[in-house]
Amino acid sequence: MSRGLFRGRGLQIYTWLVIAWLVVPIAVMILFGFNDTKGRFNTTFQGFTLKWYGQLFEIDALTQALVNSLLIAVLTMVIAGVLGSLIGLALGRYRFRGAALLTLVMFAAISCAEIVMGASLHSLFITLGLPEGFPTIVIAHVMFSISFVAVTVRARVMTLDTSLEEAARDLGASTWDTFRLVTLPMIFPGVLAGSMLAFALSIDDFVITNFTAGGTTTFPLWIWGVTRVGIPPQVNIMGTLIFAAGLLIAVVNIVAARRRRA
Amino acid sequence: MRTLRARLTPYALIFPGGLWLAIFFVVPTLVMLSLSLQSGNVVDGFAFTWNWHSYVDGVTTYHDQIIRSLLYGLAATVIQILIGFPVAYWIAFKGGNNKSVYLFLVLLPFLVSFVLRTISWQFLLSDNGILLGPLRDAGLLPQDFRVLATPYAVIGGLSYNFLPFMILPMYVALERIDPRLLEAAQDLYASRFHTFLRVVLPLSLPGVFAGVLMTFVPASSDYVNSSVLGGTNTTMIGNVIQNQFLVNQDYPVASALSFTLMALLLIGIFAYARALGTEDVLEVAAR
Repeated sequence: MSRGLFRGRGLQIYTWLVIAWLVVPIAVMILFGFNDTKGRFNTTFQGFTLKWYGQLFEIDALTQALVNSLLIAVLTMVIAGVLGSLIGLALGRYRFRGAALLTLVMFAAISCAEIVMGASLHSLFITLGLPEGFPTIVIAHVMFSISFVAVTVRARVMTLDTSLEEAARDLGASTWDTFRLVTLPMIFPGVLAGSMLAFALSIDDFVITNFTAGGTTTFPLWIWGVTRVGIPPQVNIMGTLIFAAGLLIAVVNIVAARRRRA
Repeated sequence: MRTLRARLTPYALIFPGGLWLAIFFVVPTLVMLSLSLQSGNVVDGFAFTWNWHSYVDGVTTYHDQIIRSLLYGLAATVIQILIGFPVAYWIAFKGGNNKSVYLFLVLLPFLVSFVLRTISWQFLLSDNGILLGPLRDAGLLPQDFRVLATPYAVIGGLSYNFLPFMILPMYVALERIDPRLLEAAQDLYASRFHTFLRVVLPLSLPGVFAGVLMTFVPASSDYVNSSVLGGTNTTMIGNVIQNQFLVNQDYPVASALSFTLMALLLIGIFAYARALGTEDVLEVAAR
């Protein structure tokens, strides 16, 4: 039986065209990491080379920016992962006064314009006289990631059966043991997905980082800084490597999900 | 004792994360509101004076940029619905066993930094770049034809950058539609067109609503696309806020503009929710 209302291949071809449009800039980014460019402007393709891969870490400021981005993303993943999961667990499992207010604040944080959040945090830091830098970036990234983690974990918690935990407690397990041995393994896929989302949001963030970075540079901020001067091929390669890592994780996920279903 | 402890458990769980959100999300918004009503300058310091002038000054000086931002955001949102809906529809109804693969392909741009993606378009669309260069040389385009620094480039960039946010929620809504409803409609002699109009479209509206929410807000408040792809006549309110905060350090006006933007977006979202007949915005968006 064929689902849907439309026959023919028109929509299928259309979908592939849109996907192609979405992928074009990525292909260009990857291609120009292999460009044998002479000057600082990496704008015309002048031949294939692998030399930039050999000189990947030649630009110290860029390398430092990438290291900063990775460190901030890992810290955000861990902190927002834990704090967001706790909120997700509370919202998915318990009915309590204040749950609606918390949900409202989280929804506001998810749908708020990034520039408004960045500007507000910047206002807070200048009012307090707090110097901006690495710690303030982490504070900001954890702030905007918590809600996403909480929503992801809450969705997982709501699908779970509480009888397993009751059984554990009936069998004499302490609250902590029940959590550690029963609840945590059951919600772990949600925690993992939420934490990975936090990592991805953090490593890509530009707007809020731009408002809270002070003199510290992250990968997107560094690229922004050299936009008018010219983007060196190393940027393309780092972008390519981040893309490849993300692709690998996603493909492993999809394959694993298919195995489980099969 | 046991019941008290059970009652306190959820509060203990939400405490650290809730506190983080309160201190670094709720409080800063209030601080910004206060800053927007202060007067003074960066050298002599600022004092709270109920100074509404920042709002008047900001809005009168930058009304062009405010209106432009909302129009660009609206244009990008409409374009994304038009481009994205058929894609979401096809994946939901015809994706078969490969739905997750197609969705993954749609989400691929998110594996590349937002700034880098936009710069990639700047490069593709540049006046002598790989797209326009050959076309102009072949005489297919006039010599002075350009895409960069026009509103089209900015709106195109915005549409590109947030499209996956539009497709994803529309897909989720369409995927939930029970195919038996379509069969029922057809059994009752509804034409394909009418089945689409009366069954598929209404059932997909929550997805479209969520998609609009997820794309209109970031598109109309963006300053990356207009900086990278636009020119001096495509400046958006995001560019102004960024510049006032980080370069001119005129905090009261910058805060007033950001608050105005936030208010306009909130009004827009609620008006839109009312127009759609959605009673509870939160409920739909939370789904």
